[in-house]
Amino acid sequence: MKGGWFRVYTLAYLVFLYAPIALLPIFAFNNATTVAFPLEGFTAKWFAKLWEEPELHRALRNSLIIACSSSVLATTLGIFASRASTRYRFPGKAGLMGMIMLPLVLPEIILAVALLAVMLGIGMPLSLFTVILGHVLVCTPFSIAILSAAFQSLDQSLEEAAYDLGETPISAFRLIILPLVMPGIISSLLITFTISLDEFIMAFFLAGNENTLPVYIFGQFRFPQNVPVILALGTILVCLSIALLATAEYFRRRGIAKTGGKDTGGFL
Amino acid sequence: MKPTARGRFRGSEAANGLAMISPTAIYALLLLAAPLAMIFAYSFMTDGYLQIIPRFQLCNYFGPCHSYKLVDGVMTEAQTYNGVWSDPLAKALMLRSLIISLVVTATTVLLAFPVAYFVSFHVSPSKKSLWLFLITIPFWTSYLIRVFLWKVILGTGGVINTGLMELGIIQEPISWLLYNANSVVITLAHAYAPFAILPIFVALEKIDRSLLEAGRDLGESPFMTFVRVTLPLAMPGVISSVLIVFIPTIGDYVTPLLVGGPEGRMVANLIELSYKKLDNYPLGSAIAISSMGIVVAVSLLFLFLNRRFLKGNKA
Repeated sequence: MKGGWFRVYTLAYLVFLYAPIALLPIFAFNNATTVAFPLEGFTAKWFAKLWEEPELHRALRNSLIIACSSSVLATTLGIFASRASTRYRFPGKAGLMGMIMLPLVLPEIILAVALLAVMLGIGMPLSLFTVILGHVLVCTPFSIAILSAAFQSLDQSLEEAAYDLGETPISAFRLIILPLVMPGIISSLLITFTISLDEFIMAFFLAGNENTLPVYIFGQFRFPQNVPVILALGTILVCLSIALLATAEYFRRRGIAKTGGKDTGGFL
Repeated sequence: MKPTARGRFRGSEAANGLAMISPTAIYALLLLAAPLAMIFAYSFMTDGYLQIIPRFQLCNYFGPCHSYKLVDGVMTEAQTYNGVWSDPLAKALMLRSLIISLVVTATTVLLAFPVAYFVSFHVSPSKKSLWLFLITIPFWTSYLIRVFLWKVILGTGGVINTGLMELGIIQEPISWLLYNANSVVITLAHAYAPFAILPIFVALEKIDRSLLEAGRDLGESPFMTFVRVTLPLAMPGVISSVLIVFIPTIGDYVTPLLVGGPEGRMVANLIELSYKKLDNYPLGSAIAISSMGIVVAVSLLFLFLNRRFLKGNKA
């Protein structure tokens, strides 16, 4: 077998990566309040309880508002930046791109407290809007990473052909470039939506009195009797994330195939 | 008619590029650069309970410091606290965070390298993106719940302990698995795995396979070919994965709080405490700036030590 020991090792590594997620449904369906072995039998009551938590529903609604807004805004900003960085040469490009991509590596707590300090400084009350501002900052680098691959593989002669045929820069962008990078845009929307839905630190610092889904989950960890319900919620969220990611991956690959690029794999 | 300098600039490639990037750049300037500059400034100011007094001082970093409070319209001294570098607790937490994130980085990158190597060298090109997709999925799924589940795996009634007891390997549950630095390292190494694998994979993909054949033809063993050809060429990827794991882990908040216990607390927990509970923004900012300073210093030192691998890479 090709790659013998490396294959065994990589499979073992995947088991390590998936171990926590694999446990999630086991305990979500377990008929016991304590999250430990031995299992006590099958139940779906934790899922049923999800319907009876108005606080959870409010957090879910907030999270959806935030995730929809942040993914659209981050992808829009991502389109500008990745188009600029792949198509044009201009002074200060490396510095500007470095600054825009910085949230990818900067500890989130630093970003969160810095934004919190600014909001206090200018007297803006904390709300869902301030969370959106923070999430856009975190999501934009991911959007750029995905969209750069889509713009990179674009053949510039297509755009020039459009100009020769009398299109303006704007109509050429709309008619030629946008359709070609559309799969990348959809992929970026889905990924940034997933990131925003799952983001905790920014929301924890910037949401004020409102809850988002992760902030709600974090709060519930303090009450051991509520943990099985949270695991049931987690099971649903993980399934949702995987569905979103699989769709995003499908569009990402289609986008690269469409523009004739080579698949280098991965989102980052 | 001779075009003016201004006219040449408008419509030039540079102008188009700058115009195109400006919305994103302005956003980052306003909500990233400006806030970071602001906490830098705050760290030199005086805490006045619910407001910041713009009076320059260094005591948030060194020496005893006073916070003030408005009493009957007069600013009066309220509390005395120690600056970051004069506070044993803050110093201990920064040192611990540094050590934990160094250990996490080393473990994560060493464990990740063979995985990246396998996917790049032993998987057929059509299946590579499927493998990478499988590796990245866990990274995108609920971070909080993943951290919490490590508690379930490592706890005294957890998966590992019950498993080992069932097998008769141990009689008593092992208690040192959870609520200390070990559990923080395991959980963080798990969380940052894809971040470590992807840059190494990208570097390995770029290696011209004929170089490896040349090495073998010149009589090197497979192992020596790896050490003398593959590894040096993969170093830029290894360096980026080291930085991309090291920098965020030092500021992780959730993992130390949920699985770290009292002896696994890290500097992010202290920053949160200063900002939210103590409401002392200047001190919180000084801690944040100090830990960023440590991160930058260590990263630069690391880059300096590895400068020979990056030489050909300067674009």
